[in-house]
Amino acid sequence: MNSTLRRAVGAVLPLLRRLMTMVVALWGASVLVFVVLNVLPGSPAQVILGTQATPQSVRQLTAQLGLNKPLLQQYVDWIGGLLRGNLGVSYISHLGIGSQIAQALSVTGPLVLLALVIGLAIGLPLGFAGALRNGRFSGSLIGGLSQIGMAVPSVVAGLLLIIVLTVKLHVFPTSGFPGWSDPLQALRALVLPAFSLGLVEGAILSRYVRASILEQLRSDYLRTARSKGLRVGQALRRHGLRNAAIPLVTVLGLELASLVVGAIVVENVFALPGLGLLLLDSVNNRDLITVQDTAMLVASTVLVLNLLVDLSYRLLDPRLKGTA
Amino acid sequence: MSDATAHQRGPGVLVDESDLNGARSDPKQTWRRWLRNPNSLIGGVIVVLVVASALVSLVWTPYSPLAVDPAHALGGPSLRHLLGTDEYGRDVFSRLMASSQIALFVGALSVLIATVIGIPAGLLAAQRGGATGQVVLRLADILYGFPALLAAIVLAAAFGASKSTVVLAIGISYIPVFIRVTRSNALVVLNSEYVLAARAYGRRPLAILRRHVVPNIATTIIAQMSLLFSLAVLAEAALDFLGLGTAAPAASWGTMLQSSQDYLGNDPLLTVWPSLAIVVCVLGFSLLGDGIGELRDARSRR
Repeated sequence: MNSTLRRAVGAVLPLLRRLMTMVVALWGASVLVFVVLNVLPGSPAQVILGTQATPQSVRQLTAQLGLNKPLLQQYVDWIGGLLRGNLGVSYISHLGIGSQIAQALSVTGPLVLLALVIGLAIGLPLGFAGALRNGRFSGSLIGGLSQIGMAVPSVVAGLLLIIVLTVKLHVFPTSGFPGWSDPLQALRALVLPAFSLGLVEGAILSRYVRASILEQLRSDYLRTARSKGLRVGQALRRHGLRNAAIPLVTVLGLELASLVVGAIVVENVFALPGLGLLLLDSVNNRDLITVQDTAMLVASTVLVLNLLVDLSYRLLDPRLKGTA
Repeated sequence: MSDATAHQRGPGVLVDESDLNGARSDPKQTWRRWLRNPNSLIGGVIVVLVVASALVSLVWTPYSPLAVDPAHALGGPSLRHLLGTDEYGRDVFSRLMASSQIALFVGALSVLIATVIGIPAGLLAAQRGGATGQVVLRLADILYGFPALLAAIVLAAAFGASKSTVVLAIGISYIPVFIRVTRSNALVVLNSEYVLAARAYGRRPLAILRRHVVPNIATTIIAQMSLLFSLAVLAEAALDFLGLGTAAPAASWGTMLQSSQDYLGNDPLLTVWPSLAIVVCVLGFSLLGDGIGELRDARSRR
């Protein structure tokens, strides 16, 4: 009884500790974003009203925005709002930032998921083939292709796809987003952007898959399995995949994070009204509160994905159970 | 670089034979291995070419990269303009050459920032462990939340977009990578028997770091630097494309891509050239990084 209790505590304690480090990281990130965006001299009210504004109206707007309070109070108000789901109102458009972000996520979310599916559809088979054909010409060819694919920025992939598939062949719309009222047209608008992201991610993924499968192929237990008469594929399926999956989960989580960030660029290539366009527009309009909220959202997403990678690690690899 | 790597061993090696008989590995042999590895060979050649074109462009380009010539705008490749001219009649080849300066400048400076902060912090975390190590790791955790692009956007919102915000953003976002790589590799060395022996002998922590840890992890770090350099070139191009970095009319591969967007139909070559330049440059540095890593692995397997 006592030992079961101890075992339970032993299993939960490291998880709690890991969660705590995440909370600390989130708090640190919020301080960083807030400080960088708020310590600078210059009044947002002045920027909003323009150089023609009277000092009185600037003061009035500053008070209205709550920017005359001490910085610490402003920080606490901001975080309190975030925790209650109240993201504030944009300085420029006077729209609720929460609803703007939700609107943007309805584009960025599906874009990232579609890109991930494409990346997996390319990366997994290529990686497997590369590992199984290691040392042969086709294996080297796959390795070379993925190496080149990794060097292609998603901007370049996007522009080249537009040149070939839109300008020359008229298969896809160039840019913009028709909205989800017509799901088919909406998906059509997301296909090229998703491929721009997914092709590159697929190349990166295939290299990790290949390395991870190769390691399994060289392991002792796989040799034993093969000596029992199993084919390579059978042996891999029965013994190797779970072990190969551990590093892959890491990569997948990190890739998802880089897709979220990469979407910022690709949305700007294709003029998709997602998080990236929202961020860039707010930077250009000096709509600092929207930048602050959106940047915090992206940073939290990246940090939470890191946490999930860590946790799945423990789930898949029992050897790590109980380590901090 | 071969000279710097010639006498360094992989992090997993506890006692190298060359330690026992006091000999360093032969530089000639290192060179030969370098040339036989396709990654380090191709990567090295590309990097040398990119660096050379940047250096040459400091003193000479076929035309001034900023010289406008409206009469010859959007001219295709010709004998006078090898890769054609852009919408203002500027020579594309000259602009590509000049752009390599910016790519290398941003790459080098941002990797420098990341190493200058990340490596000492990683060594500190490995050497001291305990509370100090925890603080360093938690700080790294925070920075992990800010990939180069996000950091650049936040900095641009606060300070206005410029080349320096790009350098700073990329540099900051790579700090945690160097902290993690340095720390984990240094820990392997610090837990080795010869460091135990050095401690028993009474060597001070700093001396151990300098004499044993740094030489042993240097190759790994250099390989990582080359890889991150390639990622920095990618990030810089993306940021310039978004208008968050180098501003027009200065030439950079990212700004060239941005202005080519209006001519995707009429003059797709304007998009193709800077794309090729980015891909080749990034490929060069990442191959070089892989090659250095493989040379290290080969040496430790020996």
